[in-house]
Order: sequence, then C-alpha cells, then structure tokens
Amino acid sequence: MKTSWRGLAPTAPAAIFLLAFMVGPLLLMLYVSTLERGAFGGVVWDSHSFVAYEKLVFERDLIGRLSLNPDYLTIFGRSFQLAAITTLVTLAIGIPTALFMTMLPPRQSALLLFLVTVPFWTNLLVRNFAWILLLRNGGPIDGFLGWLGVTSGPIDVLYTPLATGIGLAYSFLPFMILPIFVAMERIDRRLIEAAFDLGANRLRVLTRVVLPLAMPGIVAGSVLVFVPCLGAYVSPELLGGAKSMMIGNLIQAQFGASRNWPFGAALAMVLLVILLMGLGLLSLSGRRRKVA
Amino acid sequence: MTRYARLLATAVAIACLPTLAQAQDKVLQLYSWANYVPPDLLKRFEAETGIKVNVDVYDSNDTMLAKLQAGGGGYDIVVPTNSILGTMIKTGLLQKVDASKLGNFANVDKPFDKPDVDPNRDYSVPYMWGSTGFTYDSAKVPGGKLNESWKEFFEPRPELAGKIAALGDQGEMFTAAALYLGIDTCTEKPEDAQKILDLLLKQKPDIKIYSSTGTIDRVAAGEVAMHQQWNGAAYRARLKLPTAVFVYPAEGMNLWGDNFAVPKGAKNVENAKVFMNWMMDPKNAGEASNFSGYNNAIKGSDKFMKPEMASDPAINPPEAMKARFRPVKDCSLKNRELRDGVWTRLRR
Amino acid sequence: MKADRNLFRFPGTATIAALGLAFLYLPILTLLILSFNENDLITIWTGFSTRWYQAVFTNSDMLAAARNSLIVAATATILGTAAATAATLGVARARAAWKAAVEGLLGLPILVPEIVTAVAMLLLFVFVGFELGLLTVIVAHTVFCIPFAYYPIRARLAGLDPALSEAAADLYADPARRFLRIELPLLAPGIMAGAMLAFISSLGDFVITYFVAGPGATTLPVYIFGMIRIGITPEVNALSAVMLLISILLITAAFLLGRYSDKQSNKGKTS
Repeated sequence: MKTSWRGLAPTAPAAIFLLAFMVGPLLLMLYVSTLERGAFGGVVWDSHSFVAYEKLVFERDLIGRLSLNPDYLTIFGRSFQLAAITTLVTLAIGIPTALFMTMLPPRQSALLLFLVTVPFWTNLLVRNFAWILLLRNGGPIDGFLGWLGVTSGPIDVLYTPLATGIGLAYSFLPFMILPIFVAMERIDRRLIEAAFDLGANRLRVLTRVVLPLAMPGIVAGSVLVFVPCLGAYVSPELLGGAKSMMIGNLIQAQFGASRNWPFGAALAMVLLVILLMGLGLLSLSGRRRKVA
Repeated sequence: MTRYARLLATAVAIACLPTLAQAQDKVLQLYSWANYVPPDLLKRFEAETGIKVNVDVYDSNDTMLAKLQAGGGGYDIVVPTNSILGTMIKTGLLQKVDASKLGNFANVDKPFDKPDVDPNRDYSVPYMWGSTGFTYDSAKVPGGKLNESWKEFFEPRPELAGKIAALGDQGEMFTAAALYLGIDTCTEKPEDAQKILDLLLKQKPDIKIYSSTGTIDRVAAGEVAMHQQWNGAAYRARLKLPTAVFVYPAEGMNLWGDNFAVPKGAKNVENAKVFMNWMMDPKNAGEASNFSGYNNAIKGSDKFMKPEMASDPAINPPEAMKARFRPVKDCSLKNRELRDGVWTRLRR
Repeated sequence: MKADRNLFRFPGTATIAALGLAFLYLPILTLLILSFNENDLITIWTGFSTRWYQAVFTNSDMLAAARNSLIVAATATILGTAAATAATLGVARARAAWKAAVEGLLGLPILVPEIVTAVAMLLLFVFVGFELGLLTVIVAHTVFCIPFAYYPIRARLAGLDPALSEAAADLYADPARRFLRIELPLLAPGIMAGAMLAFISSLGDFVITYFVAGPGATTLPVYIFGMIRIGITPEVNALSAVMLLISILLITAAFLLGRYSDKQSNKGKTS
C-alpha cells in the first residue's frame, strides 16, 4: 500500500475537529486536575496542587499522615470486571447473530441491521425501567420461570450485579453486533469455499477462517462495548441497587455532590492512560497477527 | 448513502423552520426540573402578563450548580434547593433582586421568609418545601405499626431485613444518620463521621437499593416494605397503596425548600421579578402544589389545594410534627469531605 | 449466488439470533404495553388508557425536546459519518506511526467518561466565548459521533481488497472517481452501520448535552432525566412508542426507496 502525505489529507476534517473540540477540552481538564478544589465546588484557577492525584491512592488523617487507601482501586477493579463480563456476554450473543445476518440476502440483512438499532431510539431511563418491571419479583419473568417449573421461589435478580449485567449487555448489544457484521459480510466467499473444498468441517472453517477474518470487527465491537461500560452509571444505579460504586458513579459524583472537580479530572486522566495503554498493546499484537 | 443524506437534510430543514419563525418579545427562560412548575400554570402566566416562559431542564441541584460554575448560563430563573442556594450566593452565581420587597412577599409563611441561607431574602423567594422521612407498608410490618423513630429504619426489625430502600443521596443519608445519633449535621469531627459510617455499614446488608429515582413505584409495587422518602412522594405512593404510612421521626428530619432565584447574567431580570411575585400569589402557589404533590410556602394557598392533599398528614403536618423539622444548613468544606469519605466507604 | 449464503449456515446461529432479537425487543414490548397504562406509575399496570398519548401531544416542552434531539442527531450523524469515512480512507494509506496517532485521537471521545468530556467542553466553550445553544450541542455530538461511525467503517475497510482500487487507478480513474465508484459502494454497509451507531449515541446522550446546551436547547434525554424529581410518568413510554413508530416508518421508507433505486439501476445493466 502506497503511503503518502496526500493520503493523509482526508483525515484532516475529523482530526482538526477532534483536536479542537476533544483534545482542547481534555487539556483544560488535565489542567483542572492540577488545581486546588474550590470550597464550594469548581476550582481555584490560580492555585496549584497535586492533592487530587495523591487522593487516588492515599488519604490523610487528622494529623496529616499518609496511609494507603484501596477504596478507589477497588472501584476501578470492580468496574473493569463488570465491563469484561458484559463484553463477553455481548460477544457470545453478537457473533452468532452477526453470522446469521451474514447468511441473509443483502436486503434482509440491511433490514436486520436497522431492526437491531431500533430499540435504541428509546431513552436509557425508559429501557432501564422496563427491565425493572421485567426482572422484579412478581414480574413476568419471575412468573414465567415459576410456571415452567424452573424456579421454586422468587428469582431475586433485581438489584444484584446480574441485573446490572443484563442492563448493560442490553444497552451495548448493537455496538457489538454491527461492527462484527460489517466485517464478516466482507469476507471473500471463495476463502470459505476453499476451506470446505480442502476438507475442513464447519467448526474448523469457523475458527480458522471466519473468525480470524472477522477479527477487526470483533475487536472494534469489543472496544465499543468495554470502554463505555466502564463509565456507565445509570444501569448500575437503577438495576444493581447502587450498593457498590462503579467508576462512572464515582467520577459523576466528583462533579456533583462531592464537588471535587480536580479529583474527578485526575480519575479520568488515570483511566484514560490505562485505556490508551491497553489499546496500544492491542494494536501492537494485532499487527503481528495480521492475516495476509 | 447520498440518498439518505438528502432525505435527512430535507427533514432537518423542515424541522428548523418553526424555530426560525419564533419572535422573541417578552420572554422568560426558566431552568428547573421537568414538570415542576405546571405547564398550565405557565400558560396562565403568559395570558395574564404577556411573558412567554421557556423551560429548560436539569436533573439535580448538583449538576445545575456544576454547569453554572463552569460558566454555562443564559437562564433567567433557576430553582435551587436551600443548601445549593446558600452555595450559589456565596460563590456569586446569583444576583440581588430584593425579593423581600416584592408585592406578594407578605404572603410568605414562616419560617420560609427568613431562611438561614438567605436571611433577608435578597436573592430568592420560596417555592415548594418538603421533608424527608420514611414510608412503610403497614400491611407488611409486624403489628401493623412502627415507632416514629429513625431506629426502625437504621436498625430494622428482622422481618424487614433486606426489604428496605434508602435514598441515593449522600446528604440525606448523612443527615438522617446524624440526627438519629444526635450528632450535629455540620460536624467537622472525624470521630463523628466514623460513628455515622459504622451505623450505615451495619444497616447496609438490610438495604436492597440506594436510589432517589422511582421511589413511588418501588413502594407501590411492594418491592420494598420501607423506603426513606420525601413527603410528597410518600403522599403519591399512598394514593396507589393505601396501607403506606409516612413517618415523622422524633429525632428530627431534614426540611428542605426549593426557591426561585435569578442567576448573574440573566437577560430578563424584570420579567423574572414579575414571575417570582406572581408565584407568591396563594391561588398560583396552590395550583402548583396540586400539580407537584408538595406543599408550598404561601399563606392561604390551602384553599386552592386539592382536599386529599390538604388533609394528608404527609403534606400538611400537624404542629407537633412540624417541631421535628430540621432545616437544611449549608456546611463547611471539611464537613463535605467527611460526608464524601463516609459515602465512598459505604458504597465501595 | 444462493450457494454463497449457505456457506455461512452454521448450526445454532439462527436460534441465538432469534433469542438475541427477543432479548432486544422484550423491553420494547413492555414499554409499549405500559404506554397504555391507566395510572401514572411507570411500572405498575392498572387499566387501559390513551391519556399518555394525549399528554405527549399537548406537552410542548417534551415535543420541543424531541424535535431538538432529532435535529441534533441527524446533523451530528451526517457530519460525523462523513468525517469518519474520510478519515478511514486517509488512515488506510498512512504510515504506521501516523495511523496510531490518528486512531488514538479518533478514539478519545469513547475513552473519556462522559461527565469529564461534558464539563471540559463547557469550560472550553466559555473560555473561547462560544455562546451556548443548539449549535454547541451539535458540535459536541459530532465529536463523539465520529468515533462511533469510524469503528464499523474501519472494520469494513480492513477486508477491502486494495487491488480493486489500484486496478481502477491503473485504468486511469482519478481519486475522486475511484472513491465514488469503488471505495464508497464497497464501504457502504460499514458507513450505514456507523451512521446508525452514531445516530443512536446522539439520540441517547444526556450528560454531554446537558452541560453544553444553551437555553432552548433541551433535548429529550435531558428532559426525561429532569423528570426524576417529580416522577417519571408513562408519558415517556408513550413518547418512546411514537419515536419507535417514526423510526420504523423511516426504515420502511428507506427500504422501499432502496428497492426502487435498485430497480432503476438494474434497468441500465448489461450483465
């Protein structure tokens, strides 16, 4: 593939726009994280302090002694765990669904593509309230499972991490299905035919040909699910009982009730660095594993 | 793709036409919760004064404060709750409008005419007020009745374990716990905060959910047998679930009030003052109460309130209950840091 | 060509896809039913009534918010998807280092928690004196629409045979012609998917919109979240049902348009 400066020109609109309206604000935020918090919220613009970063891992007691504070690390860990599980669940549903869509004629698969996104024209709160209704004890799912004989008592799903997981998986499913579908749909049929001709069974064709070729889509989908999940705060609050804090709630609170902007900014910067490193590693390994 | 682009572009163009045609004459930009000031009331305001009210919406005092602190604005009236009102005055986000000199101010009931956070009512007038207690379903509790004490909430009876909900608000929880334990809500002592944290941690296994959203549904659907709740929400829950009872805990309970205030940089200050004055008329305040489900701070408005509201003890408490009110105070930064610490450790 | 499709017939996919769709539409069905609920509690049914639909159509604040949402979503999607498509093509031809830099830049809106982006953008707008209004919302939405559109298009491009584009170049096609006749049609499903994701992200966004919106720029999610104080009523369900109806009508229209244009282009085909 020829590389040239002219080739980069098409990236200009997106790049300039994002530099101005994303990097600019982020730099402001980075600056905020180094400022002193305002007594009533906001920041003191000409007073610098790294207290925010110190607060991530340490806390000061009355005398001013430093001690290790694992609270925030726990919250980070829990959020990463939940996001990972949600990603796996959406992968489990998304890959077969995308496969199914690929085998339909183009007009029908386009229709299915739209159908997958139509539910998300509704509002997040509305969707969560619908799940509350569905999952509560005495609700339709509880009744249905009881009638089937699968469960003997109330299902007790609502206000548990399972409910949060269901809510999150629901909200992010289209972000997994769509990228995988567009990647799969592009796969050259002849490669698959050739694999079958060479005597491979369906499972081998799936794991050795289809999935590797669809990998860019799988990776894209996973990123689009995992990362926003980390910052999610509505589903954990409404469906999960809000008994455990997630990164999303924590950072939200810093700009809300806690009125500690520098700390919120610091948390976001740290999260950003972790994620950028993760993505960097991912793209490096991807380059090594590139299919011809 | 171009076809879709054309379709969407045409749709956008058509949709934009109405906004272009709007003439800006006498206008008021109201910034509040959705449906808090009844739309019909605003229409009557426009009919009587000729000022059109445009409503923009926020979901919590804190996000409203954050936005204004970051420099966002353009609004003529905001509706801060007392504690936020104090903060906004101290940080210079509001402008003086000499509200106590407005014509209808004489209608304002005590103690709302001289609140701690704006003693001379230079900046604001009161709107709705409410209190925070807890609601229980008398059909689900042993003996059908609970004591009027926070003890029932913080140290629940075994039959109610796991069937309790609390508000997801660090201020409300801290205040309620402090009042129960007899600690000053504005305390700056870490030992006090530790006592509060211990109480809340002990309660946590019995709590099903910490949430300020959808409390009415939760009570009426029977998801929980007890819910820390605002009195207006309790009143509406009782309309759906007649066995629901709202409790005024004897140790004291949070009394909060919402107010109308004018931010700095408002473009229509005179219209704002007209609005503030108009809302202090008993008829208008009464109508607003009927819609929002809360009581108002205006004398003589109960004539205009729905009878079931005026007679509900949750909305119109007897004098003995009023003694249990503890108006919200705006506390120091040290106190805020303690509250944060308690909340994060509780929810981690 | 039918044989092609059978190649993807893996056992169990149909079942899982059906279950997946059921999972997606179960809450939708629920809210549709509840939109006809007689009482004002959003999760408890008491009887049938169309009062909420009436309430929606008389609630001018809600309708204005819905209109704002659609305007913003449509504009931000178009701008974002266009920029993302261009960016994909540029990145494809770039050296590894540049590629990493641009992709990192493009991914930022997704990587940063929304509340942070929201406050940061507001600070920037105030700092440079960009007055808040619907335009600031559109700008903010375009920022995150770009990456949401970018990823599916990029995934699509990865499978694109570069030989096709080079062959066209060999046949003396200039870059514009190559783009319109070869690259764009091949990328189309990716662009469509990207636009869809961008659109629903924009429609659903609350936090960023809230902070950068000026007076009169309240969008639907902001309005609905603002109902929390007093209580969310089934009006919201009714409105969601109406928006679903609109989206289904738009899709059907697009579907029929597509079929019509196919017939038109087939008329001139010689194959």
